[in-house]
Amino acid sequence: MKTLADLKKIREKAQEEMKFRGGNVRIKIVVGMGTSGIAMGAREVMKTFLEEISNRNLTDVLVTQTGEKGLSSMEPVVDVIEDGKAKITYGNMNPDKVKKVVVEHIVNGRTVSDYVVATGD
Amino acid sequence: MSLKRIDLLICCGSGCVSAGALKIKERFHEVLNEKGISNEINIIETGCMGPCDYGPVMVIYPEGIFYKAVTPEDVSEIVENHFIKGRPVQRLMLHDEEKTFAAQKDVPFYQKQVKVALENCGYIDPESLDEYIATGGYEALGTVLTTMTPQQAIDVIKESGLRGRGGGGFPTHAKWQMVHDAKSDEKYIICNGDEGDPGAFMDRSILEGDPHRILEGMMIAAYAIGATSGFFYIRAEYPLAIKRIKHAIEQAKAMGLMGESVFDSKFSFDAEVRTGAGAFVCGEETALIHSIEGMRGNPSPKPPYPSTSGLWGKPTVVNNVETFANVPSIFVKGAKWFASMGTELSKGTKVFALTGDIRNTGLVEVPMGITLRELIFDVGGGIIGGRKFKAVQLGGPSGGCLTIEHLDVGVDYESLKARGAMMGSGGVIVMNDQNCMVNIAKYFMDFCVDESCGKCSPCRIGLKQMYDILERIVHGYGKIGDIEELQRLGEAVSRLSLCGLGQSAPNPVLSTIRYFRDEYEAHIRDHSCSTKVCLALMHFDIDKDNCIGCSLCARKCPVNCITGSREEKYTIHQLDCVKCGNCQDVCPVKAVNRVPGMHPEEKTKRDTLKKQHPHED
Repeated sequence: MKTLADLKKIREKAQEEMKFRGGNVRIKIVVGMGTSGIAMGAREVMKTFLEEISNRNLTDVLVTQTGEKGLSSMEPVVDVIEDGKAKITYGNMNPDKVKKVVVEHIVNGRTVSDYVVATGD
Repeated sequence: MSLKRIDLLICCGSGCVSAGALKIKERFHEVLNEKGISNEINIIETGCMGPCDYGPVMVIYPEGIFYKAVTPEDVSEIVENHFIKGRPVQRLMLHDEEKTFAAQKDVPFYQKQVKVALENCGYIDPESLDEYIATGGYEALGTVLTTMTPQQAIDVIKESGLRGRGGGGFPTHAKWQMVHDAKSDEKYIICNGDEGDPGAFMDRSILEGDPHRILEGMMIAAYAIGATSGFFYIRAEYPLAIKRIKHAIEQAKAMGLMGESVFDSKFSFDAEVRTGAGAFVCGEETALIHSIEGMRGNPSPKPPYPSTSGLWGKPTVVNNVETFANVPSIFVKGAKWFASMGTELSKGTKVFALTGDIRNTGLVEVPMGITLRELIFDVGGGIIGGRKFKAVQLGGPSGGCLTIEHLDVGVDYESLKARGAMMGSGGVIVMNDQNCMVNIAKYFMDFCVDESCGKCSPCRIGLKQMYDILERIVHGYGKIGDIEELQRLGEAVSRLSLCGLGQSAPNPVLSTIRYFRDEYEAHIRDHSCSTKVCLALMHFDIDKDNCIGCSLCARKCPVNCITGSREEKYTIHQLDCVKCGNCQDVCPVKAVNRVPGMHPEEKTKRDTLKKQHPHED
């Protein structure tokens, strides 16, 4: 440790590791994990999100989960929440679609309109 | 980067550990492995989160869900429902009569609190230097070392108005300035972690929960006063605190935050841990210094003060754990920010350990000047079991008792002192209307008699005299004039004792006499303890109207002093009764009552004995 800049480097890296604890994240991905969601493969969907995001080293994205979202016929359902933008809800997700959403939406900022089932709050 | 999506923070402060937190942690590892999701969940041991009453507690991020009183049996349910299905377990959340509190920030216990010293306690892993750095750790040290002179650092502390959190409230900058100005080849800095007050655990919790913060605060102080080595004096009863500080020192050394030329500056520093041997008096700074020097932990007369002749005769600063914990924040957020909290003379926040007959016992940090009412009722949740508030003991055995009429007094150094209590290190013992104040005073006096080092006679002999009088009073042998004698002795001991222990030890007695004189008088004059705590001044009685003649009390009585029959009901023979309370515990219809006052038969017996032996007391 020689300078404050060295300290800052360590700090930034450590903050990424602690981002779940109220840190700044750009995008929050919420996977619906009610019984119907799980039955339709929501766990696979969530796992694929986690893998894709960690493979790409996207440090400002957080994957979390919620219970039944009500839209049973569209399960698995995933919300993508970005600060200052309308919430995008994707339905009928599967691991392949997840990969596309990560590339198009999360990385390049383009909503994959084919999979969208709702927008807004 | 890993696949983590949840941070599970388990409180591993001593309170939660003793309630089984480590077992729960193990169980989580097992269940997560069974389910094959251990790579998604981060399990982190933190320091004390505060609400010790509800332990073991945990917080689950990103939502910040707060669970209380978790048992190993609950773990599967948490994993299955919360981690896999995203449905937090309602029944483990904190709730009051009306609603359930999901997130930690919603819990009323946290809402009036402002965390400075406890900022990271319960939020970071205390054994991870990286996590401390992530919260801005060591930035203050780096900034001070690379941009400020020692004098400028002292000026910042002066502007912040920080005062010693050990209880005396001496301005921190003044202590630092004296040692800074002293001419000496060697100077020392000492962290006083010898917290011995009954009911106090603030220092332990900070040492356990955020050790790097104390280390950083200490190094800034060392730079400001020109010290190159420091000592942590931590009592042996705090093994986890000792382990964590030692670990933090090793980590800091490995990363070059300690040792030679820290941050490429001219500042070099090394610190060691010294273990206190469990003597209350070693919290007093001269006694503490002697203990580190390898001598008996006796205090010495002041002056000379440690600032001119301290450890091995060199200028030394002794600061409390909590004082150091405030230092890094002052440099990161600014002296003005710190000074904006609290009252005119007492700046910043204070950590309190709430204990006693209160709903939320635990560790809290509130702005100075908060009223006792807010502290006890809003943060502490009020008195447990629907009882009434009677008194609060502030500042441990050196402090004093305040009563219901003081509830609107602001908690700061001057206001408390003016009313016969003191801030002390921050122990707050709340008492309900079932407490006998004479007995409480006797308890604290007993503690001080035990802990007196015996070096000076006012403390060694005077306190014992006071204890004997109290002992007499609670056994019903009090005499007219005892109260005045206690006051006279108390004032003499306060004035003549060598160190803070003796000077403050009479406080609990003097303050209870001041505010609860009628209780002392009732004990002496009427031989009655209205709270039915003092066994000699109460008796058990069976209510014949309620008694169903079941004989259970007679059968459970260890001295066979209860006789009777189904028809005649049962009677206690008072002279043989040892007041164990078994009869009351076993009575199915609650016909056995505690009655205040000595039983007339016993009184007569005592009077007869006195006539036969008039010269004995």
